[in-house]
Amino acid sequence: MASLKIKAIALSLVLLSTLLGIWEVLNQPPPASEALTEYEMMMGGADQESRVPPPSKVLVHAWNELSNPFYDAGPNDKGIGIQLAYSLYRVLTGYFAAALIAIPLGFVTGMSPLMFKALNPYIQILRPISPLAWMPLALFIIKDSEQSAIFVIFICSIWPMLINTAFGVANVRSDWIRVAQTHELGAIRTAFTVILPAASPTILTGMRISIGIAWLVIVAAEMLVGGTGIGYYVWNEWNNLDLNSVIFSILMIGLVGMLLDMALAMVSNLVTYQE
Amino acid sequence: MSKGFVSVEQLSKHYPDAKQKSDLVVFDNVNFYIKKNEFVCIIGHSGCGKSTILNALAGLEQPSGGVIIMDEQEVSGPSLDRGIVFQNYSLLPWLSALQNVNFGVRARWPDWDKQKIEQHSLNYLEMVGLSSSVHRKPSQLSGGMRQRVSIARAFATRPKLLLLDEPFGALDALTRGNIQDELIKIWTESQQTVFMITHDVDEAILLSDRVLLMSNGPHAHIAESVKINLSRPRSRGEVIEDPAYYKIRNYLVNFLVSRSNERKIKDAADASHPIEIDPVALASDEQLATPNQPVLVTVNQ
Repeated sequence: MASLKIKAIALSLVLLSTLLGIWEVLNQPPPASEALTEYEMMMGGADQESRVPPPSKVLVHAWNELSNPFYDAGPNDKGIGIQLAYSLYRVLTGYFAAALIAIPLGFVTGMSPLMFKALNPYIQILRPISPLAWMPLALFIIKDSEQSAIFVIFICSIWPMLINTAFGVANVRSDWIRVAQTHELGAIRTAFTVILPAASPTILTGMRISIGIAWLVIVAAEMLVGGTGIGYYVWNEWNNLDLNSVIFSILMIGLVGMLLDMALAMVSNLVTYQE
Repeated sequence: MSKGFVSVEQLSKHYPDAKQKSDLVVFDNVNFYIKKNEFVCIIGHSGCGKSTILNALAGLEQPSGGVIIMDEQEVSGPSLDRGIVFQNYSLLPWLSALQNVNFGVRARWPDWDKQKIEQHSLNYLEMVGLSSSVHRKPSQLSGGMRQRVSIARAFATRPKLLLLDEPFGALDALTRGNIQDELIKIWTESQQTVFMITHDVDEAILLSDRVLLMSNGPHAHIAESVKINLSRPRSRGEVIEDPAYYKIRNYLVNFLVSRSNERKIKDAADASHPIEIDPVALASDEQLATPNQPVLVTVNQ
């Protein structure tokens, strides 16, 4: 097993350096020594083709940004840490608000076939709506761009949690329910000591899907509402034509998304049981 | 007839049949009793409704007709007075062996403190020979060990009636033998009243005081109640030395192989109560070969 791990790491590094090498080589600026054409002189020495910054420049930029992530020099110039913190705040607020509603509602839906049948049509209609489609309505009703972004996160994270909770609760093995019955447990104790632990792996799967979607959606939402956040940051740096920052923030979005997923995977491991 | 600790009267179960006008009757006219501290096994072919009877005794399933009375009260729903051991163990997989037993003990005595609950559970786990692996999850235990936990959980709540639904059906013969010994031991100590379903004739003889024989369904009923007249304590090794053992065994096997299919074996006498039989007291093997003879058969009631 150890040797497989080492091989995998080695292969990853080879792939990484190959890709970065190609990227680096293909995006070198033209040699400065070459004489400029007349056209280039007219254009102030600028090159016709646009070039993506090479990884060496992105890495230097990343180092500079990460060594001072929390500086604040006005609305157009905040550290990456501040932007990510804004996004995380919105995502987590919307996400936990959704969990607070989705999990109890999913529980009731899963336990009662009547509730399931009654709610299912609404869930099926509301679920496929792109969360960003709610944005205009949210802005009109809430009249606050910050809270509208949180609402969009709320609405996109509620469905996977609701559906998975209902599914997990409805499919608790009847043997375990019978154990609760023969031990004369009341409804509340059955819910907490038997159904909840039995369904929690499924519930956690729903929560993990939700956090992934929420992190996808926040970038787009912040591009729309502007002001702060990592989504706004990407778009703002694009307007600034700072491609270094754009690439750097794309990587940071991926990194934070991965960390969020890993955190939920760890919680999920805690409640997973083997039959 | 003296009413037992548990008495089942006119129990029946039928399911509506879409194609036919009449319902599909699994069993009807099921009457039997269980005395206090008695170990009763029920044997019958698959589909005759044994499990339904057990679930009705547990209060988990509603019979279509008839009543079950235990300790002078009608059984109307699940209760801690009736403990169950299922064939598939039904342990909660996220709890350790000890926590699974604690679960039952806490439900039974909610006002006990944590230490008392745990001590009580540990005693019962020790009784089934599991004291060394109490902190393991069911997935880390073998099938036999899981069933031991399940038995410990059921005994630990000290129910008035213990229901065992083919508890050893999924186990290999060696493990089954060992747990049968454990069961005899723990039953002797606790003097529980037990009702058990089994497919294994030897198991029934080894464990029980009485074996109820069920005829085949549909319209199944309890045809005979066979007394297991062997001295206790019994052990697997010694019991087979007893000549009476084979008399009983032959009688039971003979019923299952050739007679369980006969319609209403005891129609003439009384349709409602099983015939009580003591095979040891039967004169010779001849009667076993010609079962329709009602010789030496005492009709109850």
